[in-house]
Amino acid sequence: MLFQIRLPRVVLSALVGALLALAGAGYQGVFRNPLVDSGMLGASAGAGLGATLAIVDLGGAGPGIVPIAAFVGSLAGVAAAYLTGAVASRQSALGDGVATLLLAGIAVSSFLTAVQTFLLQRSAQDIQAVYSWLLGSLSAATWQQVTSILPYAAVSSVVILLHGRHLDVLAVGDEEARALGLRPAVVRTIVIAACALAAASAVAVSGLIGFVGIVVPHVARRLAGPSYTSVLPLSLLIGAGFLVLADTLARTVLSPAELPIGVVTALVGAPAFVWVLRGTRPVGT
Amino acid sequence: MTSIAVTDLAVTLDRAPVLRGVSCAAASGGWLALIGPNGAGKSTLIRAAAGLVPYQGTVLLGDTDAATLSARARARLVAYVPQEPVLPPDMTVAQYVLLGRTPYLGYLGTPGRRDRARADAALERLDIARFAQRRLARLSGGERQRVVLARALASEPSVLLLDEPTSMLDVGHQQQVLELVDDLRRDGGLTVLCTLHDLTAAGQYADALVLLHEGRVVASGPPSAVLTASLIESVYAARVAVTTGPDGRPVVAPVRHR
Repeated sequence: MLFQIRLPRVVLSALVGALLALAGAGYQGVFRNPLVDSGMLGASAGAGLGATLAIVDLGGAGPGIVPIAAFVGSLAGVAAAYLTGAVASRQSALGDGVATLLLAGIAVSSFLTAVQTFLLQRSAQDIQAVYSWLLGSLSAATWQQVTSILPYAAVSSVVILLHGRHLDVLAVGDEEARALGLRPAVVRTIVIAACALAAASAVAVSGLIGFVGIVVPHVARRLAGPSYTSVLPLSLLIGAGFLVLADTLARTVLSPAELPIGVVTALVGAPAFVWVLRGTRPVGT
Repeated sequence: MTSIAVTDLAVTLDRAPVLRGVSCAAASGGWLALIGPNGAGKSTLIRAAAGLVPYQGTVLLGDTDAATLSARARARLVAYVPQEPVLPPDMTVAQYVLLGRTPYLGYLGTPGRRDRARADAALERLDIARFAQRRLARLSGGERQRVVLARALASEPSVLLLDEPTSMLDVGHQQQVLELVDDLRRDGGLTVLCTLHDLTAAGQYADALVLLHEGRVVASGPPSAVLTASLIESVYAARVAVTTGPDGRPVVAPVRHR
């Protein structure tokens, strides 16, 4: 009982929290923007559309297919945003392409969400199932889920962790980074791909758990300073601990009923975020 | 020690020609200053020399065509300081200066003992070691310029490219920074290529000047040959009087129209 039900759930929540926080920190470094998180660039919207398609159109086969559909949808969302951004930035006046890419992500997300909403609106009987997936859950955790995402989690985490130093160089801007012999476009592509894989792996087994990917990197930064060589590993650890804690709360507060984990991370995360921001020294020039 | 020579350089940005047929050179250990009105192409020339904009023509570093060098090899030879460097506000001075070692690290490499020693030496050389742990947001204008120069120096370059190194500074700090660059040039055998707005300062510190106007070289040579009232008045549409300072170098003073 402990080994088959409790333990896989703890391990899975640690894994998911670590991946979401690490992807969020990686994106914040790549985009030099503290407001982005692991669901950006169409990742969450793509996963949402994938899961909705599986639930609405595949009916009974749904449960087995949803993780795969969410995983593929998430990666496809990021790929669409990345390609759109790359094409658009060729004739854009927004400088080094970072802003263009973020805007492309917003456009792709809006588009995918619109399609998803339309699908959902046409099949009202599935709304409950889709929403409970969207809010995230770890209640069906199994060892099989853990082992199925482990390879992707390992590869993406290692790649992101190896780029801490590069993200520190990118902090001085693309032009100065190039003058220091770095190739910002190459670094950006590799880190975005790894973050997309990390986030997709997490989303596939847990649904859309918000807040971890944006809050945890800020907590790590508060503890260890701005260098990504410490922010990345620390985000991984804090993300794992935070989600285990949040899932324990989700399981016990209304026991025997369960709160959706996404609700808990936001309920705990939002006040914690305010506290972190209050404590952050003002950034002047 | 390495000289830098630009030959027949042409740069086109957004389909508009910015530089055309520009040739100039700084001898090994020399100081060449680019002067000219706003929009003359001074910064673009510096950026082309740093390999940051595509160009036609050649940039020679010593005997080597810069175009044949990898980005990292070029960055080990040439350090570039833009007019407004990006200083991440929460980064410490020590972390920032260590970024200067980037050209020496392989893709997956991390700074080692030798890299830290070089960064520390740069901090000592610019007399900023005592605030190595201060955040960049907490620096004054003069301190910022020292920190940025320390990062450039940590790269152990042979050529220093400076875009308006004194534009944000008062006259005292301007002098300090220019003296510092001159010291670095003399001790370390650095070759300096810079842009300067202040014509008198350009004449005092550089041993050769190039006057750019609308993307072309209008005059070049020693300060006394380039800083003449007639050249400056025609290129800048200004009225100036040029006298000789106590050091024998030209002093350019604006004169009111009426």
